[in-house]
Amino acid sequence: MTKTILKAEDITMQFGGVVAVNNFSMEVHEGEIVALIGPNGAGKTTAFNVITGVYAPTNGAVYFNEEMVISNFPQGKMKKMYAGENHGKYTKKLEKTPDQITRLGVARTFQNIRLFRSLTVFENVLIAKHMRSKANVFSATFRLNGKEEQKNKKETMELLEIVGLSDLKDEIAGSLPYGKQRHLEIARALATDPKLLLLDEPAAGMNPQETDELTAFIKRVKEQFGLTVFMIEHHMDLVMEISDRIYVLDFGKPIAAGTPDEIQNNKRVIEAYLGVPEDE
Amino acid sequence: MNMKKTTKYICTLIAAAAFILLLVFLESNKNTYGMAVTVLQKGFILAVVAVSMNLLNGFTGLFSLGQAGFMALGAYTYAIFTIPLESRASVYYISGMNPVLAGIELPMLAALLAGGLVAALFAAVIGFPVLRLKSDYLAIATLGFSEIIRALIASPQMDTITNGSYGLKSIPAASIYVVIGLCVISIGIMALLINSSYGRAFKAIREDEIAAEAMGINLLKHKELAFVISSFFAGIGGGLLAMFMRSIDSSTFKIALTYDILLIVVIGGMGSITGSVLSALLVTASKEWWLRFFDEPLTIGGVSIPLFRNGFRMVIFSVLLMVVVLFYRRGIMGTNEFSWEGFFGLIRSVPQRIGSLFRRKEGASND
Amino acid sequence: MSLSVFFQHCLTGISLGGAYALIAIGYTMVYGILRLINFAHGDIFMVAGYFMIFATATFGWLAGIPIMLICTVVLGVVIERAAYKPIRTAPRMSVMISAIGVSYLLQNLTTYLFTALPRPYPEIPVLKRIFQIGSVSASLVTFLTPVLTVALVILLVYITNHTKIGMAMRAVSRDFETSRLMGIRINQVISITFVIGSFLAGVGSLLYFTDRMSVTPFSGTLPGLKCFVAAVIGGIGSVPGAVVGGFVIGICETFLIALGYSTFSDAFTFILLIIMLLFRPTGLFGEKMIDKV
Repeated sequence: MTKTILKAEDITMQFGGVVAVNNFSMEVHEGEIVALIGPNGAGKTTAFNVITGVYAPTNGAVYFNEEMVISNFPQGKMKKMYAGENHGKYTKKLEKTPDQITRLGVARTFQNIRLFRSLTVFENVLIAKHMRSKANVFSATFRLNGKEEQKNKKETMELLEIVGLSDLKDEIAGSLPYGKQRHLEIARALATDPKLLLLDEPAAGMNPQETDELTAFIKRVKEQFGLTVFMIEHHMDLVMEISDRIYVLDFGKPIAAGTPDEIQNNKRVIEAYLGVPEDE
Repeated sequence: MNMKKTTKYICTLIAAAAFILLLVFLESNKNTYGMAVTVLQKGFILAVVAVSMNLLNGFTGLFSLGQAGFMALGAYTYAIFTIPLESRASVYYISGMNPVLAGIELPMLAALLAGGLVAALFAAVIGFPVLRLKSDYLAIATLGFSEIIRALIASPQMDTITNGSYGLKSIPAASIYVVIGLCVISIGIMALLINSSYGRAFKAIREDEIAAEAMGINLLKHKELAFVISSFFAGIGGGLLAMFMRSIDSSTFKIALTYDILLIVVIGGMGSITGSVLSALLVTASKEWWLRFFDEPLTIGGVSIPLFRNGFRMVIFSVLLMVVVLFYRRGIMGTNEFSWEGFFGLIRSVPQRIGSLFRRKEGASND
Repeated sequence: MSLSVFFQHCLTGISLGGAYALIAIGYTMVYGILRLINFAHGDIFMVAGYFMIFATATFGWLAGIPIMLICTVVLGVVIERAAYKPIRTAPRMSVMISAIGVSYLLQNLTTYLFTALPRPYPEIPVLKRIFQIGSVSASLVTFLTPVLTVALVILLVYITNHTKIGMAMRAVSRDFETSRLMGIRINQVISITFVIGSFLAGVGSLLYFTDRMSVTPFSGTLPGLKCFVAAVIGGIGSVPGAVVGGFVIGICETFLIALGYSTFSDAFTFILLIIMLLFRPTGLFGEKMIDKV
């Protein structure tokens, strides 16, 4: 059995009285492509935001490379309001911020593309190199880190070649066509040197041809960079084609997990997507 | 249009040499060109502060309004440590000088640096609680801080340190070359910072905080860094102002000073260093020199124009700020920087532009 | 400090707090709807002082008060239309700079028109009449301010909770775009917010300057900042919060001055702000908002 790279345990996220994610647990093993699917509003992006440290969960824990990175339990007002499960199982409060989690080797993209819109394509990717640079503000200002800077620029250029954006390197990111922006966002995530890549609806708004290109692209970079991929996606063709395993969320609750074949034939999944026939 | 690197260097060298020659010329004919000498020095000093504000507002996307307060800290620190020992008794003639400080006199550069460091220290203390929150709170906290500093400086309890509301005088001056040289170095350091890896991280925060954080950028650390560095240079700017004015008091550092600097930054373009410098020189020259006549009663052909009297100039400037904010939000330079290509391109396009102006007029008259 | 002196200061503090509360409401309402720190609000309050001086000089104080209030309201609405509406979709910083521009313009314009020297504020004999309760004595305005403040706030809370326009205002402060889709006339709601805010600033200015007797072009700056702090302390966006914040700041300031720390009374306001932001950034009555990613 390969190493578990990401593990979420009993994640519950409650906003006021609304339980957006309820008791969600999952595992991603090294080298896998795992997808998280579910109807709109099922809590997929919320689960993602918990894993990447954007939201602190109300209850539950997240492990990366078998090290606990996030853990929380209902406190204060939430103690009384808490409507999820496993109350009292967790007693530790540990919240790594999104930047710390990125440093550990988890990179992500966003559902509604978040590029540095008025900077160039090259700068967008180069910024991701900042976190690994050893220079302090003094040595960076007075250019005592010339070698490192050169290396970062060279690596950025190489990365742009690999993802096929090198001829657009001086374009302003916000002016790129939509599909290219998606690619750039993935390139930027890759530049942080991740072990695990989280993609939030990478094919949203793409036509079938673009989706096919993206599918091939994800497969290629996964191999080339030795990545593990965990993604949210609605395009079932893409999901079924590249996923090793799939988790399904509905109304914040996990309803199924398994291989693409198992999921396609799972009765609860079909009900969640298509509704229960009325005559039954 | 692309120019060779060497051509650009030569252009820059020529421009720098011309500027130095101009300075030498103005300085040696001070009696005739006194106003130009004053405007150049004050303009460059305000440019330092404007670039420091731009570093925060234009490049990091944080809205700070504490520039006047940080300048006050720098100016007073510089003044307190450099007023010559023999003139201290006459400066602090009301209540004497604090015995701890009375014996300390620092060299000019050390005192200037100390001023910057004091401003930076205060910024670090305010920034720590406030920068974690939405950026709106920074605006109000820094504005409030700047007023507190001014009130404290003027308070009778501080008499032995700041000489209360009487202000400080006999502050040693430096030659125009030293003042402008220090300004150029300060602006140069900020420009280097903005173009470094840290500067890129600041811009990423300005563009999208959540994405920046997802790129591994520690938001609090980088915001605090930008705020502290910006305040350091505001402090240096304040010290230079004290050096230039030779006497200061708390009313120099009113909120209006911060607003003046904001005006410079907005006119020059948020996110452009050269824009801020250019605008600082233009605004200072207009304010202190070219537009002085707005405040003087004006008589044309025996009829006195009623609007022209004391205070009219500042009304014009406030209207100008509103016009820029509402209609020319990019200011002079937007987020672009000066480049020789752009400069020559502009010059080359001048005949064409004038031509098109005439053509449009002809077209209009034909209608 | 004897008991009667203590009560005397309490009364003064509550009175000052009442005036602060009225101004703070203007900040909190505009911030709630536009997410804008209306830096010009303190200057509107200052200009209201000048309006009163000139209205009284021409029409006497009885007619002067309504004229001043109308002029102040018109000024507030005109500022919104001219300086904030055209750039509503621009980055937030531009709108804040525009607000600063208006503040700068009002200060410079009043300096130009009326010079920077203090102008005496008209004396309204009725408000100045001295009342004596036990050993505590104060002018009518001191007693009137808190009563008027509370009455106006009750009215305002009634409007926001029980009228159609109030419901629209609450909806807009929750979600600007969705409210617009629901057919709420955004411009009308914003104008009414500025009408209410400026009206209260006008009343506040009357109560504040009657006690202080003179107006300068810069008399609005510091009270304006303090009232914004009051709004933050109460929880920005919450009207009752702004009122509580106003009273807290007014009373603390009065006691600090009474104890001889007048220089530090202004500093105290901002120290209070920093402490509040450290421990309870949402203020006393504010709700936590989660930004959607």
